[in-house]
Amino acid sequence: MSGLSDHAAVLAWAIDITALLMLVAIALSFIRMVRGPSLPDRVVALDLITIITVGFVGLFAIASDVSAFLDVAIGLALVAFLATVAFAWYADRRAAQFGLEADLRDREGDR
Amino acid sequence: MVNDWIVALLLLSGGFFVFVAGLGILRLPDVLIRMHASTKAGTLGAGLIFAALAVHFADTVSISFSILTILFLLITAPVAAHAIGRAAYRMGVPLSDRTQIDEWEGRYRRTDKPKK
Repeated sequence: MSGLSDHAAVLAWAIDITALLMLVAIALSFIRMVRGPSLPDRVVALDLITIITVGFVGLFAIASDVSAFLDVAIGLALVAFLATVAFAWYADRRAAQFGLEADLRDREGDR
Repeated sequence: MVNDWIVALLLLSGGFFVFVAGLGILRLPDVLIRMHASTKAGTLGAGLIFAALAVHFADTVSISFSILTILFLLITAPVAAHAIGRAAYRMGVPLSDRTQIDEWEGRYRRTDKPKK
């Protein structure tokens, strides 16, 4: 990771430790996304995964000394916001029509 | 170099807050409580990393883009969290057992069984 360009020793260590912390955070969010009992749980976990990915793009821009990755970060943040609001809108509509029992029935039908 | 020390400190604090957000979204008991960890700690961690990026590059373009990204995250995260929270409440996702105040009780049609 920090072998991409020549940094100071402090910065190289900080980049490695931050990358490890973000990896663990994404893994924990993924566990919640698999295990979450309802659909809004999974939407919240997916939103957090995308926000952490935006931060990781910034970390990668620092690690590789290429500032052009900022465009990727802004685009990914925009897509995450739109996806979250769309998920919430559809969940809201389905709640107004069917309620939580539809969600539970769908997941039992999947198994 | 003082600049590298500032960047390293900002990066490590951002990574710590992102880790706290992941830990909270796994360990907290309820959707509405988990959104606290996700929205607040996750946005703060990503914002600290972009502050480190602005200090590291120190161009006009990089600083302005970093400020733009931080402002975008700060504006959109509460809107998305409010939308998901309202949808979760209206779907009737069960709240935690230790919930003491439910200000929307009786205002929306919840479809689960009422709490004892």
